[in-house]
Amino acid sequence: MSDALIMAGRCLRLSLRSPDALLTALLLPVMLMVVFVYLFGGAVAIGTSYVQYVVPGVLLLCAITGASTTAVTVCQDMTGGIIDRFRSLDVPGTVILAGHVTASLARNLVSTVLVAAVAAGIGFRPHSDPARLAAAVGVLLLFVAAISWLAAAFGLAVSAPEAANGAMFFLMFLSYASSAFVPVRTMPWWLRGFARHQPVTPVTETLRGLLLGQPTEGQLAAALAWSGGILLASVLLSMALFRRRTA
Amino acid sequence: MSNEPAIEARGLVKSYGGVRVLAGLDLQVPRGSVFALLGPNGAGKTTTVRILATLSRADAGQARVAGFDVDRDRRQVRRRISLTGQFAALDAAQTGEENLRMIGRLAGLPRAAARRRAAELLEQFDLAPTAGRRVGTYSGGLRRRLDLAASLAGRPAVIFLDEPTTGLDPQSRLTTWRAIAGVAADGVTVFLTTQYLDEADRLADQIAVLNGGLLVAAGTAAELKHRVAPQRLDLTCSNATAFEQVRSNLTHPVVHLDPAARTVGVATDGSAAQVRALLDQADPGRDLVASFAVRGATLDDVFFTLTAATPAAPPAAATAPAQEAAHV
Repeated sequence: MSDALIMAGRCLRLSLRSPDALLTALLLPVMLMVVFVYLFGGAVAIGTSYVQYVVPGVLLLCAITGASTTAVTVCQDMTGGIIDRFRSLDVPGTVILAGHVTASLARNLVSTVLVAAVAAGIGFRPHSDPARLAAAVGVLLLFVAAISWLAAAFGLAVSAPEAANGAMFFLMFLSYASSAFVPVRTMPWWLRGFARHQPVTPVTETLRGLLLGQPTEGQLAAALAWSGGILLASVLLSMALFRRRTA
Repeated sequence: MSNEPAIEARGLVKSYGGVRVLAGLDLQVPRGSVFALLGPNGAGKTTTVRILATLSRADAGQARVAGFDVDRDRRQVRRRISLTGQFAALDAAQTGEENLRMIGRLAGLPRAAARRRAAELLEQFDLAPTAGRRVGTYSGGLRRRLDLAASLAGRPAVIFLDEPTTGLDPQSRLTTWRAIAGVAADGVTVFLTTQYLDEADRLADQIAVLNGGLLVAAGTAAELKHRVAPQRLDLTCSNATAFEQVRSNLTHPVVHLDPAARTVGVATDGSAAQVRALLDQADPGRDLVASFAVRGATLDDVFFTLTAATPAAPPAAATAPAQEAAHV
């Protein structure tokens, strides 16, 4: 357990010491939100104000861009000399990776607060209560943990940090082909099936429901199942990849 | 227990992708001694270190380190050793002091003890002035020294140093040597790999020469040197025919051949009498040898002598690195 804390502290410190990556992770979601609200928002007719609609989606996009840093830092660890040092100190692979995921959660918490603050500034008004708000944070953190572990697996699977970063782009595509930015019913028919049955849509809808005081039935279970499933699969995959990399 | 060697390996075999890197390696390192595994690139040095430091498993054979089996008791071994690889195992974005504290804590020291240990090591390795700077700003020599300090954070009984001075400038090499000698003086068993004869000579109590996955010689530096001529006489011939002629004229052991440069190298003690005699033997008519040079024996010469192999061009050391690079 104490090894896990040491590794988490290390990853947090490393995050703080790479200001350009940190700035990108923090500012990119805010800028995307501004772009969506002011550039595309006028063209998207959905019955309510677009900022109300888009904020939950931006929070997820934020989670995905934040997690891509994890893929890069894991890959850097694996390709540098430090991994042998950690292993010869008997630090288990899961603990090393958990340190990266913890740092990712912390970074995401900060960027989420930042997005929420800017969202409030440009007109986002949640209709929620403390319990539902806490539930929303919980759903989001579970999603971030799942995507971060998936990113860690990417970082273990590829041989160069650049490739690790590239692998995360297809996850960003998942958020575009979901209900995060536009309602699924406005999509061409062949995309709707995919958009409804992929992880980002139920998680977005759940957040939307919890933040805007709308019902979440059906979506909450799907969101938890997707995030939990990705989390479990990614942890197992990471452990297997770590063993293979260090055999 | 106390008489047991710090490191003992029997019949270690390891292959990577069909290439046999270790072909049955035996070695013994007494407690508190410095042992150098000397060999060219691709000889299997890194593979040996990784097996002994529990990072790789041997295909066959056994090894015990600090009293425990490297395969069955990995955790016990890991608690008693540390490894410094060819690439600095440090975080560039953390300061020297932060790196030492982190590694001390991972080695099991409580927070305050890790801080004290870091301060001690910074002092011992003359790193105090740069302790607060990020490692990314360190020079290569400084980084190696910090790396060495880091491997001592948890007070290991045995440390493994894989090519500790490769790529360093002469000044940093000297400082690193002093640091390693200091570690050995504290009673830590040191197992180091090197491509340099002078490094093994300077640091090690016992030297083993590894080539093609097998030990080809072992002993103290003096014992090994006794078997190798300290100097080499290089005869550069005027043309290709002369080169062949000189080769066949020589009855003295040829330790170096470079047809492209038309150079033949023979072992010598460097004395004027022997050099004159060798020149006469190689070139009785005084028209074959265009120029000559006497130089210190290189590791290649040692290998040729120790393995009694026919020297080939290019030398074995130049053809093998891809093999070792493929499995690190």
